[in-house]
Amino acid sequence: MKLGAMKPQRRNRLLLILGLVGGLGLALMFVLKALNSNINLFYTPVQVIEGEAPIGARIRAGGMVEAGSIRRSDASLEVAFNVSDLAGAAFEIRYTGILPDLFREGQGVVATGRLSQDGVFFAEEILAKHDEKYMPPEVAMALDTTRQDSMQP
Amino acid sequence: MWRWFHQWGSPKFFYHRSGALIPVLALASGLILGCGVFWGLLIAPADYQQGESVRIMYVHVPAAILAQSSYAMMAVMALISLIWRLKIADAAVQTVAPIGACITLLALATGSLWGKPMWGTFWVWDARLTSTLILFFLFAGVLALRNAAGQSQTAGRAASVLAVIGLLNLPIIKYSVDWWFTLHQPASFTLTERPAMPFSMWGPLLMMVVGFYAWFFLAWLIRLRHELVKREIRSDWVQQTMKQ
Repeated sequence: MKLGAMKPQRRNRLLLILGLVGGLGLALMFVLKALNSNINLFYTPVQVIEGEAPIGARIRAGGMVEAGSIRRSDASLEVAFNVSDLAGAAFEIRYTGILPDLFREGQGVVATGRLSQDGVFFAEEILAKHDEKYMPPEVAMALDTTRQDSMQP
Repeated sequence: MWRWFHQWGSPKFFYHRSGALIPVLALASGLILGCGVFWGLLIAPADYQQGESVRIMYVHVPAAILAQSSYAMMAVMALISLIWRLKIADAAVQTVAPIGACITLLALATGSLWGKPMWGTFWVWDARLTSTLILFFLFAGVLALRNAAGQSQTAGRAASVLAVIGLLNLPIIKYSVDWWFTLHQPASFTLTERPAMPFSMWGPLLMMVVGFYAWFFLAWLIRLRHELVKREIRSDWVQQTMKQ
């Protein structure tokens, strides 16, 4: 369909609409770019370590729970663990309360709370981030077994 | 091609030709949805992390896919109605908006029900959830605008302009999980890679998606035919059809 073959009136309407949508789209792009840091739900470990995350303000920060870093208190629901970005950066989260079912080592979490001066994040709420992988439990168990087998010499 | 376009753009032609589709779509959606529910809820395996809650996916994912593609269809109809002033396209916009709004609400509600046990919260203002809520408001806005001012032509044009502009929200929904850090997980299905789940899970999911589409077209067609008759109640073809 060539634009030239359309009736001028219709062509003008089409161009008007395309112009409107294009212009608004451009404006929207700039708005989203300007608000980029506000749209991100949480600060990453790198941002927390490098001081991009504000100290003392109520923020969200997240990452992967480091294997072997979970320390639970015997007397209370207090728990402390490290979250990392799997690329070296990590910080400590402390939390008192009930953790979501999906919480475990290697799982992504998003914590709401305040960052202290010494870089420890005191969380009021912990949300588990689920990844896009789905599998039946038997398959997960089989995968686990083969992984352990391959690690043992 | 133009002849075909004009023929189907005529309410009379459309009404008479589309009637035969209704039993086909009704049978297809009933059968496919029935089998899909049975397969997904009873036969498909539980997930290694989510347990039985994974089954919410068999409603949530088709609803979310349909919510977005029904919006795209509405916007195409709105564009046709704005440029070619086809009355049937305007009726199509008006009748698809409430269906789209319901489907979007279903996607939001099922996602919320899944979020509580999995994430630990019903709602979080991340980019994916917020942009999907905006999709719902867009559907509601088109619906409200279309029915404002006593079904006038101006109202139809205003609703169509809103529908076309709202298209900008679709890429935001789609890429929100890639552009920003969100709580919502990225897509499990892409065109280029293997699905991040086994066939025993994506099989029933695909079936539910197809079933949702069949049901959607059925609902849209019934509403659209009804709307056409309502709008052209004084015309000869409606009078003749009703007499038969």
